[in-house]
Amino acid sequence: MNSHATARRPASERSRDWLRQNLFSSPANTLTTLLVLTLLAWLAGRFFSWAVLNAVWGQASVATCNALMGQGACWAVVADKWQQMLFGIYPQAEQWRPALAVLVFCSILVLSAMRACWRVRRLLVLWVGGSLLCAWLMAGGLGLTPVPTALWGGLPITLMLAVFGTLFAFPLGILLALGRRSSLPILRAASISYIELVRGVPLITVLFMASIMFALFLPEGVSFDKLLRAQVAIILFNAAYLAEVVRAGLQALPRGQYEAADALGLGYWQTQLLVVLPQALKITIPAQVNSFIDNFKDTSLVIIVSIFDFLYAVRQAVISDLDWRHYFVEGYLFAMAVYWLFCYTMSHYSQWLEQHLSRDQRN
Amino acid sequence: MWSSERLRNVFYQIALLLLIGTLAGYAIHNLVHNLESRAITIGFSYFGQEAGFDISEKLIDYDPTHSYGRAFGVGLLNTLLVSFLAIIAASLIGLAIGIGRLSPNWLLRKLAGGYVESVRNVPLILQLLLWYGVLTELLPPVAEAHRFASIYLSQRGCTLPWPVAHAGWWAALLGLLAALACSLFWARRARRIRDRAGHAPRVLWPSLAACLLLPLAGWAAFGAPSEFSVPLISGFDFEGGKTVSPEFIALFIGLSTYTAAFIAEIVRGGILAVGRGQTDAAEALGLSRSQRLRLVILPQALRVMIPPLTSQYLNLTKNSSLAVAIGYPDLVSISNTTLNQTGQAIEAIALMMGVYLTISLAISGLMNWYNHRVRLVER
Repeated sequence: MNSHATARRPASERSRDWLRQNLFSSPANTLTTLLVLTLLAWLAGRFFSWAVLNAVWGQASVATCNALMGQGACWAVVADKWQQMLFGIYPQAEQWRPALAVLVFCSILVLSAMRACWRVRRLLVLWVGGSLLCAWLMAGGLGLTPVPTALWGGLPITLMLAVFGTLFAFPLGILLALGRRSSLPILRAASISYIELVRGVPLITVLFMASIMFALFLPEGVSFDKLLRAQVAIILFNAAYLAEVVRAGLQALPRGQYEAADALGLGYWQTQLLVVLPQALKITIPAQVNSFIDNFKDTSLVIIVSIFDFLYAVRQAVISDLDWRHYFVEGYLFAMAVYWLFCYTMSHYSQWLEQHLSRDQRN
Repeated sequence: MWSSERLRNVFYQIALLLLIGTLAGYAIHNLVHNLESRAITIGFSYFGQEAGFDISEKLIDYDPTHSYGRAFGVGLLNTLLVSFLAIIAASLIGLAIGIGRLSPNWLLRKLAGGYVESVRNVPLILQLLLWYGVLTELLPPVAEAHRFASIYLSQRGCTLPWPVAHAGWWAALLGLLAALACSLFWARRARRIRDRAGHAPRVLWPSLAACLLLPLAGWAAFGAPSEFSVPLISGFDFEGGKTVSPEFIALFIGLSTYTAAFIAEIVRGGILAVGRGQTDAAEALGLSRSQRLRLVILPQALRVMIPPLTSQYLNLTKNSSLAVAIGYPDLVSISNTTLNQTGQAIEAIALMMGVYLTISLAISGLMNWYNHRVRLVER
């Protein structure tokens, strides 16, 4: 109301007003402030002294850490094991390759966050090209030393499961969403059963199915790579969730769009590809990002079927070393920080996007 | 003939059916062949065989001589137990945090926001592993257990005094259930009276009194047992008392704190969805902030919250399958052991999926029914 007045008043007065309004507006509010402050001071103080003040930083021996056990964090375990944590048992001399692959994966994500790249062709080139590049970097061949998938591990695997898991789930998810809204009863029934079946069971059971049961359905002697099977399981699982995201977009479109397409004499596929899908996909972009975040977190479940993703690599690096195994908390906190950084950035991007897009639509 | 759309549609669908049928047929053909060459017979006859493995936590009587079927039941009950308790805890924590996010107090708001942002952006399985590690590795061994009165905290988990089995305790439990049923009935009755007469009889105090008195009456009527089994440290283990395992505690804490972050967001969204005018009107009537929340805003917010809450409860139940990562004997963990021992992969996995599907359908059915009941009745 009086931006003029606030601007002219001295800063001390303004901050006092802010404090009164937000922290001390009533006796109950003041009490809350004091309680929260005490709790925070106690918690933050303890954590700070453990994680920073009394901690062992940089390269250090186990003995140094053992001397401080229980009082300070031993970040030396991360300094000592970070390569193993990030890249698993990938050959030491070739570790620039997974590092580069991580960089490429991250660039794919950052670039697809930019609106300039939101063209079907650009996105396809980016995701397919980037994925192929990463696959080549990891697997080798064509001038690079081949590395079998049994040696792959760490962060590139997590990113690969998430990125490929979304890339390939997308077409399937779109087909399922269209199938669910189709007028053909058998097609609709098949789509609904698939979506509801997959959404009704935990990812672990699907991973179990891929790792144990799947081999029984193949002709004798035929077998797929373990990592590939897990990847396929994740793709099939994600497709059901993406289908629901896309369906929400399809349902949000006004009927007039379909009728207009009909009036233009467009066939079913022309209507979907030229009129319906571009709009439905655009309005569900924030939901797609959220779905990707869930997928990214869910990839950590492959640890249960012994696939060397980032979490497994961190766990293995710390737990399997008898000297360092006591410092698993530091290792897990490091893993948490990495996961958190990815998910937090993406979820804030998604929130920003949501506001941005809704503003767009209103104008 | 091709120009007929109906005919074309029929053709497409038959083609789809044929495709699915061929794939399934091929898979089944391979399956039969593979099972034959591995000498596995399909079917649930293994359910009657002796399981031969022990389960650390069970709600029903079980030992290794019991059958696989009974082991499966133990796992199912464990899954239901931890999910049920975690759903209650997650709802309470989530409600508190969600309301905290809208508090007039800046610090509390930021604290609640920080909780949500830090918990939901880290994979649940990592949180479970951390909790489990902390509980089993950083707590002292039994001999040096932390002690609060007769409750001990050690690597074995939490050990607390537990009533010795007696009819009186069961009677008390039955009394509590009866009291809850009566309270529910009375609350509905009160609402009807209010609709007719304009003022409602008291509900809260009579209900609380019933919840206190009925169990007490049951307990006294059946001999008023007072015998507790109090835990004592003897050597490397506890004698007496009840021990809640670190696996259960880790899973319970992990599931409830993780899901609480999502529930908090739902609560916040639900409260924000209630029109500003409702708050203003409640304020104009002179209601305090807690009264406004309890009487005006939450009942309306609940309507918006139910569908997303349902899916969070379902997620929690499905996420309880992560128990297998920390060794809590839930449905998945026991099915996994079973399939490793018997090789009956198809049956074990199908059964697991079937159970989760049934739970999912049951909960969403229940929630749909409730949703239908509390929906806005418009004139």
